[in-house]
Amino acid sequence: MEQLVWKTGGWFALATLAFLAMLGAADFGFAVHMAIVCAAALAVAVLTMRRADYEGIARGWLKMPADQGVYDDDPIRWGVIATVFWGLAGLLAGLYIALQLAFPALNLGLEYTSFGRLRPLHTSAVIFAFGGNALIATSFYVVQRTCRARLAFPALARFVFWGYQLFIVLAATGYLLGITEGREYAEPEWYVDLWLTIVWVAYLLVFGGTVLRRREPHIYVANWFYLSFILTIAMLHIVNNLSMPVSWLGSKSYSAFAGVQDALTQWWYGHNAVGFFLTAGFLAMMYYFVPKQAERPVYSYRLSIIHFWSLIFLYIWAGPHHLHYTALPDWAQTFGMVFSIMLWMPSWGGMINGLMTLNGAWDRIRTDPIIRMMVMALAFYGMSTFEGPMMSVKTVNSLSHYTDWTIGHVHSGALGWNGLITFACLYYLTPRLWKRERLYSLRLVNWHFWLATVGIVLYAASMWVAGIMEGLMWREYGADGYLVYAFSEVVKATFPLYLIRAAGGLLYLTGAVIMAWNIGRTIAGSPLREEKPMNDAAYDAAADRPLIAQPA
Amino acid sequence: MSYDELRQFADSWGLVLMGVSYLTFVGWHFLPRGRERSDEAARAIFEQEEADHG
Amino acid sequence: METKAKGKLFDHGRLERNVSLLGIAALIVVAIGGIVEIAPLFWIDNTIEKVEGMRPYTPLELAGRNIYIREGCYNCHSQMIRPFRDETERYGHYSLAAESMFDHPFQWGSKRTGPDLARVGGKYSDEWHVQHLKDPRAVVPESIMPTYAFLSERELKPADMRKDLTALNDVGVPYTKDDIAKANDDLKAQADPDADSSDLIKRYPKAQARDFDGNPGKVTEMDALVAYLQMLGTLVDVESARPQETLSKESGQ
Repeated sequence: MEQLVWKTGGWFALATLAFLAMLGAADFGFAVHMAIVCAAALAVAVLTMRRADYEGIARGWLKMPADQGVYDDDPIRWGVIATVFWGLAGLLAGLYIALQLAFPALNLGLEYTSFGRLRPLHTSAVIFAFGGNALIATSFYVVQRTCRARLAFPALARFVFWGYQLFIVLAATGYLLGITEGREYAEPEWYVDLWLTIVWVAYLLVFGGTVLRRREPHIYVANWFYLSFILTIAMLHIVNNLSMPVSWLGSKSYSAFAGVQDALTQWWYGHNAVGFFLTAGFLAMMYYFVPKQAERPVYSYRLSIIHFWSLIFLYIWAGPHHLHYTALPDWAQTFGMVFSIMLWMPSWGGMINGLMTLNGAWDRIRTDPIIRMMVMALAFYGMSTFEGPMMSVKTVNSLSHYTDWTIGHVHSGALGWNGLITFACLYYLTPRLWKRERLYSLRLVNWHFWLATVGIVLYAASMWVAGIMEGLMWREYGADGYLVYAFSEVVKATFPLYLIRAAGGLLYLTGAVIMAWNIGRTIAGSPLREEKPMNDAAYDAAADRPLIAQPA
Repeated sequence: MSYDELRQFADSWGLVLMGVSYLTFVGWHFLPRGRERSDEAARAIFEQEEADHG
Repeated sequence: METKAKGKLFDHGRLERNVSLLGIAALIVVAIGGIVEIAPLFWIDNTIEKVEGMRPYTPLELAGRNIYIREGCYNCHSQMIRPFRDETERYGHYSLAAESMFDHPFQWGSKRTGPDLARVGGKYSDEWHVQHLKDPRAVVPESIMPTYAFLSERELKPADMRKDLTALNDVGVPYTKDDIAKANDDLKAQADPDADSSDLIKRYPKAQARDFDGNPGKVTEMDALVAYLQMLGTLVDVESARPQETLSKESGQ
């Protein structure tokens, strides 16, 4: 009982603090955010009281300990649903801002719906909300299975999930309200950053604690990637977001660094948000789910060791390639370029490791749409990790930088690699987490696969053409020795390509909507869709549980 | 450290260093020693099923 | 297996069984690149060559810059001119590191959906900027920029510019005590054509004091944003800065 009082009291105290902060807020945005925090804390307090096992307390013992013979999958189920939800939201925002670039009237003349505010909303929604939820959910799933142990600190795991959703809501509403630190992918303001730091430390504790509880002597390679992702993101996040708030009750802060230092710190962060959030974390997903779906061990475990150490060592150096030919000192730019090129090797080593896992079972690509999705994800991973080093070569970069080529590159990685591998994992997880025989429909997976693939091709191809065209037009000189094109003429020339890009985005979004339907029907337990069968990997629910220590 | 010095290093000893370490890693990958342990680790994620199926 | 590992120079198997060791090793490996690349920027003096003319932003310019950041202008406009012939002809002299030495945060940008703005100051009239921000397509038919008409209706009311200057001072921007104390007055004086701005201009050389948005009766967000845009790239006389640059290169940067 006493514990319950402390718990609810704590949440009420937090709600009160947030309420007071709202009243004393220096600006409107901060007041809105404190209102959200207050509401969230109140909701938790009320839930804590309502969910409490009062009979149990009266009888003198608290609720039954959870069944130790099954994995702790609740936060993972929520994570799957959150991933689908934020994926749809992020893709929809992306499609909308793509259309804004073609039809500026869609900015609606409102500050809340202008491109400058919606673009961070899109990037954060797909990277941090969609990608982040996928990473948290799959890491909790994988770490339990590979360690054959239940999650350490179950309450903390739930805090990680809900705390992370609060971070997303604060960040997203902040962008709409114009609360931003003004650095790409690190836009949330100081207090949201602090909150994420707390959530992230809790995440590390749950993940690390579960690894410590493992019943296998060996730590499976997927967990190395997850661990390095969690640790490195913590380091990057803390250093890059050092800033001085103007008021402790206001949203505005000024970065601790200025100019050149700020630029390099930001791209050290920004590039490794790609390297560790979107690469290391997702490679962890690959190292578990691709072998599981293919039902054969990873091609080479040794290669994965080389892959891991060389990838994490090299990635961190590559940031300065975002600052070629800027006022950043030359030597730093050169480092960035050289290490980016070297990065090609471990990236392709990883891709080969994933693809060759299918060695001897290539027919699965034909029969299993989930495997097909994974293979396509790896193919896009290979393509964008070749394109990246190429674009970091200074001569190529002098053309590609500041153009839509960069946007195309990012999306071939994000839609192709991160998106497809996440979808494949969601398809793998859903029937297992909700104890269904299999997915509602495998044919719909196939539809999703083709819509997504064609969408990416349209997207990437149009942005390549747009980017190279922009780069060439900007530097085009006439016979008279003058620049040929005004900037506005280049903008005009990209219009048809922006349309094709939006069409590609629409296809990709349509595929994701089909996935949401498929996953929703699977969760709801609908009877399987009547369709011509496609193959799927076998699943044995009885074997999907941790080992329990047997009394000797 | 100027760009030229770095470039010169990258074109000569740096290149040799990268080539040698690349070959070392490739060689190490195919070393027979410890192959058993690696394969065991790779199969670890399937063990639960094998064990349960007896 | 473990016994075999004895005598080996390094046993990776240990890392595979000890999560703390693995975590520490990973963190060390990951930290190296950042330390080697970033740390020197803070102690190599000539990372940022001091350049004649650089000064911190006036309170009005700073308020305008904050609006620039708030509206996410950096998503489409860079402020970093690279040393290529076409760029320097299109936008002006390439950007010097010192020109962003007081930028917390930097706004170099990464994409040019619109043109570079590093030296946009003085290129267009105030009227052009106001018109362009209200309805970009009225002056540039091909433009795809959102409209920002609401800026000219909204009164500029930062909570207290003294706090902003204090925070910036805390992270190293050399505002004097005088600057901080007078911040709120400076803000008004710079946008008021009738105010005496001589003291402001003495403390902030080359500051432009006038009514920016064509509405002298009110200090609006439009005033602040246009004041910021009109000062971009105007502080440093880049031609005289060039000899300093070559000097620093010769002395072994």
